[in-house]
Amino acid sequence: MTNAGTTVTADLPTPAVRLPRRRGIELTLIVVAVLLSVYGYCAVGLAKNGTVPPGAAGYGAGLGVLALLAHIAVRLRAPYADPLLLPIGVLLNGLGLVLIYRLDLETPGDRAAPTQLVWSTLGVTFFIVVVVALRDHRVLQRYAYVCVAAALVLLTLPVLFPAVNGARIWIRIAGFSIQPGEFAKVLLAVFFAAYLAANRNALAYAGRRVWRLQLPTGRVLGPIVAIWLLSVGVLILERDLGTSLLFFGLFVTLLYVATGRTGWFAVGLLLAALGAVAVGRLEPHVHSRVLDWLHPFASIDAGHGPNQLAQSLFAFAAGGMLGTGLGLGHSILIGFAAKSDFILATAGEELGLAGLSAIFILYGLLVERGYRAGLALRDPFGRLLAVGLASIVALQVFVIAGGVTGLIPLTGMAMPFLAQGGSSVVTNWAIVALLIRLSDSARRQYDIEVAA
Amino acid sequence: MTDSMTRHIRLAAAFCTLLLLALLVNATRVQVFQSRTYDDNIANRRQTIARYDQPRGAILVGGKPVTGSRDSGEQLRYERTYRNGPLYAPVTGFASQEYGTTLLEHSEDGILSGTDSMLAPFPLWNDLTRAQNPGGNVVTTLNPAAQQAAYAGLGTRTGAVAAIEPSTGRILALVSTPSYDPGPLSGNGRSANRSWARLNADPDKPMLNRAVRQTYPPGSTFKVVTAAAALDAGVVTDLDAATNSPDPYTLPGTSTTLTNEGDGCVDAPLRSAFEWSCNTVFAKLGVDVGVRDMSGTAEAFGFNDAYVKIPFSVSPSTFDTTLDKAQLALSSIGQYNTRATPLQMAMVAAAVANGGQVREPYLVERTTRRGGETVSTAGSRPVRQAMHPATAVQMKELMEDVVTEGTGTNAAIPGATVGGKTGTAQHGIGNSGTPYAWFVSWAQGERDIEPKVAVAVVVEDASADRSDISGGGDAAPIAKAVMEAVLGS
Repeated sequence: MTNAGTTVTADLPTPAVRLPRRRGIELTLIVVAVLLSVYGYCAVGLAKNGTVPPGAAGYGAGLGVLALLAHIAVRLRAPYADPLLLPIGVLLNGLGLVLIYRLDLETPGDRAAPTQLVWSTLGVTFFIVVVVALRDHRVLQRYAYVCVAAALVLLTLPVLFPAVNGARIWIRIAGFSIQPGEFAKVLLAVFFAAYLAANRNALAYAGRRVWRLQLPTGRVLGPIVAIWLLSVGVLILERDLGTSLLFFGLFVTLLYVATGRTGWFAVGLLLAALGAVAVGRLEPHVHSRVLDWLHPFASIDAGHGPNQLAQSLFAFAAGGMLGTGLGLGHSILIGFAAKSDFILATAGEELGLAGLSAIFILYGLLVERGYRAGLALRDPFGRLLAVGLASIVALQVFVIAGGVTGLIPLTGMAMPFLAQGGSSVVTNWAIVALLIRLSDSARRQYDIEVAA
Repeated sequence: MTDSMTRHIRLAAAFCTLLLLALLVNATRVQVFQSRTYDDNIANRRQTIARYDQPRGAILVGGKPVTGSRDSGEQLRYERTYRNGPLYAPVTGFASQEYGTTLLEHSEDGILSGTDSMLAPFPLWNDLTRAQNPGGNVVTTLNPAAQQAAYAGLGTRTGAVAAIEPSTGRILALVSTPSYDPGPLSGNGRSANRSWARLNADPDKPMLNRAVRQTYPPGSTFKVVTAAAALDAGVVTDLDAATNSPDPYTLPGTSTTLTNEGDGCVDAPLRSAFEWSCNTVFAKLGVDVGVRDMSGTAEAFGFNDAYVKIPFSVSPSTFDTTLDKAQLALSSIGQYNTRATPLQMAMVAAAVANGGQVREPYLVERTTRRGGETVSTAGSRPVRQAMHPATAVQMKELMEDVVTEGTGTNAAIPGATVGGKTGTAQHGIGNSGTPYAWFVSWAQGERDIEPKVAVAVVVEDASADRSDISGGGDAAPIAKAVMEAVLGS
C-alpha cells in the first residue's frame, strides 16, 4: 500500500506511508456478520420447527447483497472510512431481524420481520445515498437552521395524530407507522454541532465562580434553557420520556465537549433533576415507571401477576450465562412490545450473558469508533457531530438497556438496529453513514498531510 | 482546533465507558447472581412451561399404559389423558395444569414429569446440557383383572375394594366408587374449571379415594384382630372350649347391654363365635385381653400408623389406646372409636394368610426411563409380626370355617381355599344410617403354595336389613370376584 507520492524525510525513524485503507478487513467482517445472521436465522428454524427455514437462502442473499452494495459505496466514495462501522451495523441489523423473526413465530397473526426487512432495505439505501451524495460533512453546517426547523416540525407532527399506546410519537401513513422523532435526533445533532461550533467561544466565557464550579453567564444561558424547554415540551405533549432525556443528554454532552465548562454540566444536571422530579410527581405515567423500577415485583405481591419489567427480568434471568439457545426461550411472555422496547430481553434469554455482553460491546465499539473519528478530525463542527452521533447511540442504548434490565426506570425507546421500528432503523443507518463520512474525512486529511 | 476539546472528548468517552460498564455489571447481576431467585419466582411461568413441554411419562398396569399425553398446541403444551379413567382414578389420581396432582401422579411426579435427577443418563449430565429428561414410566403392582372385577362388582354402589398379595404387600386392586374421569381436569381451560367445580360439588364425593383415604368403623371384621389378640395373649387356648361369656353381655361399669343378631352365643367357643360373629363373646374377649394387648396387636396389624405410604399417604386407621372397659368392649367389635380403611382391613386378612406377618403394602413395582431401563424398584419391604405363626394357623382355620359354613359362604370358590370374615358397621346418629357392609378374605388356589390374595370390601349403601348377613350378601360376592380374578391370572 505504498504510494509513489510519499516523501520520506530523513529525521523520521520509519518511512511515512499512506495509511492502509482497510477495505478488505471491512469486507471480511461484513461476510462474517452476514454469515452470523444467517446462522442465527437457521438456528431459530431448527429449534422451533426442526428444519432450516425455507427463506434462509433468500434472507442470506438479500442481506448479503445489501451489505455488499453498502460496502461498494464506501469503497468508492469513502475509502478511508473506519472499517468497523459498517460490519457492526450489518451484524446488529441482521441480528435484530433474526430476533424479530424468532418472536414472529410466537405470534403467527402479527408478523413484523417482513416489514422490518423492507425498512432495513430502505435504511441501507439511505446509507448509500448519504455516503454517495454527501462528499464533505461540512456542507451540513450550512443547513443548521434548516435542520432545527425540520426537527421541530417533525417533533410536533405527531401531536396532530391520535395517540398510540398512550404516546403521541407516531404518524400513520399508508399503513406504515413512522416515528418522526427518530429522524429529529440526527437533525438536532447536526444543529447542536453547528451552533456550538460557531458559538463555543462565547459560551465558554466564564461567569461567576461558585466554589469549584465555573458558572456560565446569564446572557448565554438562553440556548440551554430553550433546549430544556423543548425537551420538557416533547415530554408533556408526546409523553415520551425517553426522547426527551436523549435530547437533553445529547445537548449537555455536546455543550460540555464544546466549552469544557463543568458549570454547564452542573446546570444541566440541576435542570434535568428539576424536570425529572416535577414530571415524576405530576405525570402518573412516569410516576408509575419509577415505582415499577423500585419494586419490579410489587404487582406479583399484590396478586396481579408480573408486569412487563418483571417478565423482562425473568427472561434475562432464564438466559443465565450461556442462554437457552435461539428459539428456545419464552421472552414472548413479556407480551406487548416484546419485539420493540423489550427486544433485548429475547437476546438476553436466548443468547445469555455471553451474547448480551457481546451485543453491548458491539454498541460500545460503534460509539468508540465515533469518538475516535471525533478525536481525529480537525474542524470543530465535524468533531462535535461525530461525538454527538456517537453519544446518541450510547445514550439510547444505555437508557433502554438499563430500563429493561432494571438498572434505571424504564422509558420507551428503540434499541438501535435491534428493535422493531422502521424509522429507528433508517435513522441508525443515517448515523452510521455520517460516521463513515466523518471517519473518512479524519483519515483522509491525515493521509493528504502525509502525502504533502 | 484546541487540545482542550480533545480532552473533553476523551472525558465524554470515559463517561460512555462508565455507562457500558454499568450495563455489563447490571446484566451480570440479573443473569448470574439473581438468576436463581428470578427463576424460582412464583409468577415466572418458565418452569411450568418446561414441565408441560414434553409428554408426561406413563403409568402402567399389567404392562400397558393407562395414561397418555395429548399435544394441545397451547403454551402449556402436553395435557394428561387417561384410558379407562374412572377405573384407575383411585390409583392414578389426576395431573392437572391448573389444580396440581394427586395420588400416584403426585407422589411419582418427579419420574413422570422428568425432573427426577435419577432419570439422567449420567450424574450431572443435565446440569451440563441444560436438557430435560423425557418423563419416565411408573409400573404398578395392580392386577388389571382384579381391578376390573372389583370395579364391576361395586357397580353403581358406593364403596371401595383393596386387594393385596399377602406374601409381598403388592397392591393388586384399589377401587373406589363412585369414581370419576380425571381426564377433563388435565387442561387449564374453562372446561377444566367446570369439571373441577362439578366434581367438588358432587355430594357423592367421586374424587374421594375410599380405599385409602376414608376410614370406616370396621364392625365385625375387626373380630379377626380381637381373636388374634385373644389367642396370642393366651386368653383363649382352645378354639373349641367354651368362653364363659353371657348373652346379653352387660358392658363393664355400665348398665348397657350388648346382644347378638342370632342365637347360640352363650358361652360359645371361639370357633362358632367367630363363625356366627357373636358380639357378646368378642366384646368380653377384648375386655379379658386388656387395653394394652389389644392395642399392641391392633398396632402390629398397622392401626395407629400415621405414616403409611404406598407411595401416596394412607389415612391412619385408628384403635383408641385410652379406653375404659366398656369402650374397650365396643372397640373390640369394631365400633366406638375403632376405624379402618379398606386397605388396612386387607392388611389384616393378609397377615392371617401370610403366617402372621404384615408386609407394608405398595403400589409401585418399579420406575423406568422412557426407554425402559429401570430407575428404581420396590425392593423388599419391612416385615412386622402381627401374631404368632401358630395363632395365624388357628386364625386361618377360623376364617375358612366362616366361608365353608358361616356367614361368608358367598365367597366360596370351588377348588380354592378361602378364608373370610363378614362385618356390618352401624353408623350415623343413633346408628340410623344404612349400615356399611364389610367383607375381608384371602384365597389360596389349589396349586398355590401360599395364599395369593387378600381382599377387603366395603359397601356403604348395602341394601339388606341390619344384620351381619349383609356383609356376606353384598360384599362377599365382590371379594369372591376379585379373588377369582387373581387366582385365575
